[in-house]
Amino acid sequence: MAYSLNVNGRIHSVDVDADTPLLWVLRDVIGLTGTKFGCGVAQCGACTIHLDGHAVRSCVTTIESAGSSAIMTIEAIGSTPKGSVVQRAWLEEEVVQCGYCQSGQIMSAVALLNANAMPSDGDIDDAMSGNICRCGTYPRIRAAIKKAARGGSNTGNGG
Amino acid sequence: MSATGIGAPVRRKEDQRFVTGQGRYVDDFNRPGQAYAYFLRSPHAHATIRSIDTGPARTMPGVVAVFTGDDLAADKIGGLICGWMIHSKDGSPMKAGPHPALAQGKVRYVGDHVAVVIAETLAQAKDAAEAIEVDYDVLPAVVNTSEATKTPVQVHEVSPDNSVFNWHLGNKDETEAAFARAKHVTKIDLVNNRLVPNALEPRAALGEYDFGTDNYTLYTTSQNPHVARLVLSAFVGIAPENKLRVIAPDVGGGFGSKIFIYAEETVCVWAAKKVKRPVKWTADRSEAFLSDAHGRDHVTHAEMATDENGKILGLRVHTIANLGAYLSTFSSSVPTYLYAPLLSGQYDIPAIYCEVDAVYTNTAPVDAYRGAGRPEATFVVERLVERAARELGQDPAEFRRKNYITQFPHQTPVIMTYDTGDYGASLDKALELADYKNFGARKQESARRGKLRGIGFSSYIEACGIAPSQAVGSLGAGVGLWESAEVRVNPTGSVEVLTGSHSHGQGHETTFAQLVSDRLGIPIDQVSIVHGDTDKVQFGMGTYGSRSGAVGMSAIAKALDKVIAKGKKVAAHVLEASEGDIEFKDGKFGIAGTDRTLGFGDVALQAYIAHKFSGQDLEPGLKEGAFYDPTNFTFPAGVHICEVEIDPDTGVTKIERWTAVDDFGVIINPMIVEGQVHGGIAQGVGQALLEGAVYDQSGQLVTASFNDYCMPRAMDLPSFQIGMTVTPCTSNPLGIKGCGEAGAIAAPPAVINAITDALGHEDIAMPATPQAVWRAVQKRMPVAAE
Ligand code: FES
Ligand code: FES
Repeated sequence: MAYSLNVNGRIHSVDVDADTPLLWVLRDVIGLTGTKFGCGVAQCGACTIHLDGHAVRSCVTTIESAGSSAIMTIEAIGSTPKGSVVQRAWLEEEVVQCGYCQSGQIMSAVALLNANAMPSDGDIDDAMSGNICRCGTYPRIRAAIKKAARGGSNTGNGG
Repeated sequence: MSATGIGAPVRRKEDQRFVTGQGRYVDDFNRPGQAYAYFLRSPHAHATIRSIDTGPARTMPGVVAVFTGDDLAADKIGGLICGWMIHSKDGSPMKAGPHPALAQGKVRYVGDHVAVVIAETLAQAKDAAEAIEVDYDVLPAVVNTSEATKTPVQVHEVSPDNSVFNWHLGNKDETEAAFARAKHVTKIDLVNNRLVPNALEPRAALGEYDFGTDNYTLYTTSQNPHVARLVLSAFVGIAPENKLRVIAPDVGGGFGSKIFIYAEETVCVWAAKKVKRPVKWTADRSEAFLSDAHGRDHVTHAEMATDENGKILGLRVHTIANLGAYLSTFSSSVPTYLYAPLLSGQYDIPAIYCEVDAVYTNTAPVDAYRGAGRPEATFVVERLVERAARELGQDPAEFRRKNYITQFPHQTPVIMTYDTGDYGASLDKALELADYKNFGARKQESARRGKLRGIGFSSYIEACGIAPSQAVGSLGAGVGLWESAEVRVNPTGSVEVLTGSHSHGQGHETTFAQLVSDRLGIPIDQVSIVHGDTDKVQFGMGTYGSRSGAVGMSAIAKALDKVIAKGKKVAAHVLEASEGDIEFKDGKFGIAGTDRTLGFGDVALQAYIAHKFSGQDLEPGLKEGAFYDPTNFTFPAGVHICEVEIDPDTGVTKIERWTAVDDFGVIINPMIVEGQVHGGIAQGVGQALLEGAVYDQSGQLVTASFNDYCMPRAMDLPSFQIGMTVTPCTSNPLGIKGCGEAGAIAAPPAVINAITDALGHEDIAMPATPQAVWRAVQKRMPVAAE
């Protein structure tokens, strides 16, 4: 079936089955490989993208269900104000190890901060609990989210 | 210390690409015309294959080819190998059963590879796989580690009783004598639970064949592409090494599981020529659970003898190690030479004897997983030491201190010579950071709230930087364990370092560049680190066993020394001075005692334009290579202290405090080291509290998804108090000991020691899930007031 998708502000015409997960449309059809596959069943968070600003697992979101929503991926999140603050905090706190989970982590973190500008530890754990990092970068993810919430400064609670 | 030199907390150069989605992992590569592979796997743990009918599958839409083990055999493609020969104590070689990439007549675990379908799309390949008709004669399976040698079930013909080897280390008579003298003997039975590595990036392979040049290219998720090329070439017989290029680009975590050479990459690269198209395969998560090599799975009985003063006299250990259905690449070394030589821990133990029975079962192959053998050894030693201290009524910290090795170098009774360390210093610092003296008050406060608080120690040691080639060769290794590096200085003074180490989360692009910046005095952004491609990097042994700093960087240091020596020759010609008068300091070559200097970049340019010297006197160019073979293992060590609070009503264990004081020798980048410690502890806590691979009696993996196999998440981990002590390593030029595995080694006994302390009895196994802890609470004995 033919679909017209709004990805990162650009319209893409694609022809795939209605039940094709967005993950594969993004990676295999459009060629945006920044969004990662980790499990395919919404259990790891590696494939997290934004649909109209909300974090969703693209591995279980069919193209059909995406409708005309605006899709945003890791490749473009840096062009949003929150996205660039989060990416900078990620660099300064040196979150990344192997990097594989980090697209999803950053997309979840930006969605969290869009919904809750000053999240508590509990809010962070709740929002991020669906994103596995096997390298164990969790302490720094938390620190980076807090730093981003403060607009990138190092002052304030914890870190 | 310069801002980008050794010891500086430089932010990682590689991170920009990872935070913007520009990392390039194997599955991100696509080649024109590629087809997709899907592996039909055995649904049975143990069965004879009477017949395979691929006819119906071949006619399915989109199918390019279907292959079975017969096709590989017809092309003389050999089986997968185990690269470390272990001899049993009677002198006989280990019993290695055949390990074909695609089954030949028999399947031996659920997930074993039966056939491969290659099709235009993955969906078509999967559909066609369902049409393959396999006639299985299902056999009974053996899955239980302790039962493996006591069953009529036979996994491999070469081993009627499923024994791979019966190996030993140490002096049995001296150990028996020590026990005969003992005042007290502490005994323990331990299970080191089986783990699934679960690197978040699933394994993947993309094979390609060029008919014009007769060259193969394999993109693969590997920690050691050169080793993969060697094995695929010399043993599997895909192609000679000069016709096989292996590329391991960004790799999304390895933890050991991506050291090994697996069936899937073997088949993809071989099939690329057969079907005349690139062939791509990416594991889904359930395939990762079923077929990535698992870790640990030991059953151990251990005893420790002490004298009347609580001094350890001896240790005897018997371990049954489950190696699964086939011997994976380094599997035999894990429960032997990576395990028993660490049983002395940080302690002066005069006599040690260890016996290991390695067994086959109808389960996934077991091989190295973060720490590999050393976590198992540390678990034995630190659980025993903690229990002995309790039985003797001694403070666990002081009991350890009393038995610490204090003189270096120290020769243990189990091979190792520890070069340096200061275990007491780490303990002192850890006790202070953990506020140990007020633990009693915190325990009382918990008790007032109806909670059980406990504290657990782990004084771990590991042997890293593996290792002198001669030494490992004498112990059975099939390869040398050096590392190689090449430093290419460009005419404009920028530098490329080609290294045989491989980074899959460790940050080599930064730390290796720090070394170069430090040594050559050039800005770090003028240094590029190249790795993971056998066509670019001359040779390499790869990254595992925390060896990239100690061995990989030492090779770079050696090559840098050669670059500087050559630079001096060039500078001598340009400055018209004698070579002996040239010194290199702060990035400048100059005539000693004068202000006549040349910048590093100037010398690089002169080396290439070669106008100031004749080619007969000096070769143009500035490019040097080196191989480095270490003189010993390195011995990182430290003390971790875990403090838990248990809710007796729910069995939930909360880690309240974590103190880690580690001695990694010289540290290149403290930010990166701390990140490695976090990650290691997360995996160790995962093993202690959450993770466990479970097979049912028929050999089905019950825990085959993230739903059933509990991975550590942010809320399972405390914030960490991290401290360092430094005794530089003496066996490599940089003084580095290594840090990648420490947390995973230290953490499990620290957690279990804390839980058993809280419970007041020892009866808890890993993973100590809330259910298991709740049950243990019910058995709790009344504990004496503290
Ligand atoms: S790949 Fe979508 S949640 Fe794991
Ligand atoms: S950084 Fe490796 S999985 Fe998160």
